[in-house]
Amino acid sequence: MSIEKKIEEFKDDLELFDDELEKYQFIIDLGKKLSPLDEKEMVEENLVQGCTSKVWLVKDKKNDELIFRADSNAAIVKGLVYIITTIFSNEKKDDINTLDINILDKLNLTEIITPNRQSGVQGMIKKIKEYAKEK
Amino acid sequence: MYKDYFPYFKNSNIVYLDNAATTQKPQVVIDEIVNYYSSYCSNTHRSNHGNANKATQNYEHTREVLKKFINAKEKHEIIFTKGVTESINFIVNSYAKNRFKKVIISSLEHHSNIVPWQIANIDFEVVKCNENLDFDYEDFENILKENPNALVSITHISNAFGKIHGIKRITNLAHKYGAKVLVDGAQSLTHKKTDVQDLDIDFLAISSHKTFGPTGVGAIYIKENLLNDILPYQTGGATINDVTYERSILLDSPFKFEAGTQNIAGVIGFGKAIEFIEELGYENIEKKEIEIYTYLYEELSKIDDIIFYSDIKNSIGSLSFNIKNIMAEDVGILVDKMSIALRCGHHCAQPIMKSLGIEGTIRVSIAFYNEKEDIDKLIIALKKAITMLKD
Repeated sequence: MSIEKKIEEFKDDLELFDDELEKYQFIIDLGKKLSPLDEKEMVEENLVQGCTSKVWLVKDKKNDELIFRADSNAAIVKGLVYIITTIFSNEKKDDINTLDINILDKLNLTEIITPNRQSGVQGMIKKIKEYAKEK
Repeated sequence: MYKDYFPYFKNSNIVYLDNAATTQKPQVVIDEIVNYYSSYCSNTHRSNHGNANKATQNYEHTREVLKKFINAKEKHEIIFTKGVTESINFIVNSYAKNRFKKVIISSLEHHSNIVPWQIANIDFEVVKCNENLDFDYEDFENILKENPNALVSITHISNAFGKIHGIKRITNLAHKYGAKVLVDGAQSLTHKKTDVQDLDIDFLAISSHKTFGPTGVGAIYIKENLLNDILPYQTGGATINDVTYERSILLDSPFKFEAGTQNIAGVIGFGKAIEFIEELGYENIEKKEIEIYTYLYEELSKIDDIIFYSDIKNSIGSLSFNIKNIMAEDVGILVDKMSIALRCGHHCAQPIMKSLGIEGTIRVSIAFYNEKEDIDKLIIALKKAITMLKD
């Protein structure tokens, strides 16, 4: 599934909720699906810059596709982490690099997520793109 | 209801419990600011026309009001600043630099009373606190013995935990060892009468916006006998008596310290805020706050897995806690969606958070206009947020 298609699917899911708290509950529940990172992966070099809470992000490679795994110490951020890692995982480096979309805007999450947290998500995307640029 | 004095509560359905960050403004303060801008906006201490005189008089009236409010001896002991942060930076740069080998601070200071000392390369010692976050006077005296003639810079009431420091005991001890005392009054004037003569304070940093006045205004009180030791760290317009290309002669305090055009409307509005507090009376404010604070503590105590970081003895205003296995920020986001405004995080006091081994806390900070029903709504929202966040 393309990155754009995955974004569309999350958008459709999130639009099912008119009530903001229900939307948050959905995001929190998504976070519970994340597999926890190994303790030795939760180190400084894997920390994402710009998050008010802690987010650790690691990449794996499968053939020519990247897989991202991540964890956070905050429940709502975990949900966002799930969304972002799902969107970018199992994709080719070039597809990740060339993507130029404000994902939070696209998902209509900018209204419910504070600017601090938005910069955290942008930090995650930036780190994902940095990984994708590595040779 | 005290809320009736504040238009915010007529225009918003938010349960406002973030008073340590800033307080709401009464209508009389807003009217005063509007009146300045809409009917006599002029610069102070310069022009001689009628409105300029009126602006100068009203600006200076605030100095008089503030002098009485904190029981300073003289008007010229009061210098207007942008707020507590500027007041502390003023003391750092105009007085403390090159004069003190050591500054002594408490473990509950916010960043405004840590960072300026570091940036100015002035070493500081931190006084320990006990497990209830109470100030350790014995440790303080030992530090004073090791560092006589130091500068003590200490908050009166901590913003993160609401803990009250015993300022009179602190100034007595400090002066015994030749130290001077700067008190950060950012949180205290909202809740308590501060008498600089009775407490024997050398410097008091004052905030307007945390005391029901406008933002961008504050003051520094300087005990008269210290005024001659202080040189302005900024000069220019309004600070001088006579200027030639060869030399400049500065005016006396406070004018030599108030360079440039000040926040005139803000200062005038601040004066109104102080008069408003005086009219209500601190006895009434304290009585109401203790009632709400105690109720808050009792109701929070009924929540499972709550972790308080201090007891409520010797505290006022702010109450900090966490819920086991839940991040404070998650709670903050969810209760915000239920129209509850509070602050979650490190509250600009990262060192003490690190000492406690936490990222931050959920902080509820009250003012006298809060009612028990605000606390009831908070508890309902907190319980719902906790249910959402629990596994």
